[in-house]
Amino acid sequence: MTGDSPLKIGERRFHSRLLVGTGKYRDLEQTRQAIEASGAEIVTVAIRRTNIGQMPGEPNLLDVIPPDKYTLLPNTAGCYNVEDAVRTCRLARELLDGHTLVKLEVLGDEKTLFPDIPATLAAAEILVGEGFEVMVYTNDDPIVARRLEEMGCVAVMPLAAPIGSGLGIRNPYNIHFIVEQAKVPIIVDAGVGTASDAAVAMELGVDGVLMNTAIAEARDPVLMASAMRKAIEAGREAFLAGRMPRKRYGSASSPVGGVIGD
Amino acid sequence: MSISITVNGEPRQYPEGTVLTTVIGELVTPGSRFAVEINREIVPRSQHGDYRLRPDDQLEIVTAIGGG
Repeated sequence: MTGDSPLKIGERRFHSRLLVGTGKYRDLEQTRQAIEASGAEIVTVAIRRTNIGQMPGEPNLLDVIPPDKYTLLPNTAGCYNVEDAVRTCRLARELLDGHTLVKLEVLGDEKTLFPDIPATLAAAEILVGEGFEVMVYTNDDPIVARRLEEMGCVAVMPLAAPIGSGLGIRNPYNIHFIVEQAKVPIIVDAGVGTASDAAVAMELGVDGVLMNTAIAEARDPVLMASAMRKAIEAGREAFLAGRMPRKRYGSASSPVGGVIGD
Repeated sequence: MSISITVNGEPRQYPEGTVLTTVIGELVTPGSRFAVEINREIVPRSQHGDYRLRPDDQLEIVTAIGGG
């Protein structure tokens, strides 16, 4: 996009403001195509036990999203306590040859997948202390967002709605408060359902949007990935352009005078 | 003499003195990326050849998979 500055996370710079996950796709080829179509540069992955006795030659996720082409963002998805989240990040750093950028999420409830904020704060403190660049999933509480920024997280990622719910931006006012006060990138993480949700998030002034299910569970994930790319760009341009003020009554777009029959 | 360890939550038996690289060679697809933790501590790749299994070691061998 012309005139926009890159998204800066720590010392890294990105042109795309869409961050995507790699879960829930039909297969690795569909994953590859959707990520390509999304234009995303930052791609999340999960860290899990290897499948012992895996067939040799079985395709591997890192073959379709090579670490030299994408910035991988290993997550701590599925972790419900501080220790598991911290261990997962350490394993990710070892797995990816010293890579320090991680997505921290410590969940507090299996039904809503809402974050456990006290545990998130505790894990963030340990990880920042160990030199990780922490992008942190949190709720849409501006006070918590501020605290996470003060602790040294490189990006704060409030949810728009529960993970995988597709409910859209449930509390735009809170997201706006978080954006207004932040000095680190604010990335809406979770809850986007379709392209208009992504555009709304960007119009609120967030720096980016991270999504997975909205693309992977669309009827045509590759086409939805393309739609999301455009929505993110459109929403960003609209934010930069500055929307017109809302008015209660009509205001003609064509000149009032010179109408025939006057 | 064989010892019992667990790998990714499953019990396994190995001869005493087995080196970590032997276990990896047996269980991990050649050429794939993985990381190893033993008893909740990372064992860096450079040390795999030096690590000799001890009874009741708890190994976790992980990789990257799809996730959001």
